Amino acid sequence: MSDDHGSSVISAQVRHVESLLESRGLLDAGEIDTRIDEFLAGGSPANGARIVARAWADPGFAERLLADANSAIREVGLSMAGGLQEQRLKVVANTEAEHNVVVCTLCSCYPIALLGPSPGWYKSEAYRSRVVRDPRGVLAEFGLELPVGTSVAVWDASAESRYMVLPRRPVGTEGLAEDELAALVTRKGLIGTAVV
Amino acid sequence: MSRVNDVGGMSGFPAVIEEPDEPPFHSDWEAHVFALNGALIKRGVYNLDEFRDAQERLPVQEYLSASYYERWFAAITTLLREKGVVAAEELELPDEH
Repeated sequence: MSDDHGSSVISAQVRHVESLLESRGLLDAGEIDTRIDEFLAGGSPANGARIVARAWADPGFAERLLADANSAIREVGLSMAGGLQEQRLKVVANTEAEHNVVVCTLCSCYPIALLGPSPGWYKSEAYRSRVVRDPRGVLAEFGLELPVGTSVAVWDASAESRYMVLPRRPVGTEGLAEDELAALVTRKGLIGTAVV
Repeated sequence: MSRVNDVGGMSGFPAVIEEPDEPPFHSDWEAHVFALNGALIKRGVYNLDEFRDAQERLPVQEYLSASYYERWFAAITTLLREKGVVAAEELELPDEH
């Protein structure tokens, strides 16, 4: 990480507010660094990939995942309660007939405690405004051209409800182990701006 | 009445641009703002809904010209002032900066 000249003023302002809050006992010394380290070590698209691989390998798990994702992900040692408050997770499965894509039109709601930081484009006004009006056009900008017969469902996340896409299992992966399957899953695949 | 953040379906925004190998934060201060917000919510200084609301009621021009974490920091300082945690003049940087 680096600070260019343009961000030096805001860097100083942030440090100033941190010391003000420390002097009022509202922030402990070292608390910010600990939180940053914990956050960066916690959520990651690898968690989502692990969930997807289990769902591909175990139809019973896939069924439970689509019915109640918050409970099902505990089976693989994951939780939606790692952040500020437990959020509802809904997993939506891609099929031949329907492709799913996730957005937060109002801000940037995303399963961050599970999947880590969202990509910058997910937070952009360009994505948030356009993917609900012209999903096929936006997906084409990501290089994803869906067959005409495939419908597109767009899921708009909120502060309380987060979404993750269960991509279709690629053909020719029948012999792969779960960790090999997980390695195929990308962050964009979990948001729906790519297929796996 | 919709607020400036309610952009779903709005036309006029450009193509979506992906940043290759994007880091989680682009500067240290962004990571600090992220962590500071979590610390203040955990302490109950304000809650997540108040935080979102504080971003969404930023002056429209400020909202649109600010970067993502600049909005966060503006919301944090707004709430710290409104909650009486700090006075507006205390938020100003000392002169030596």
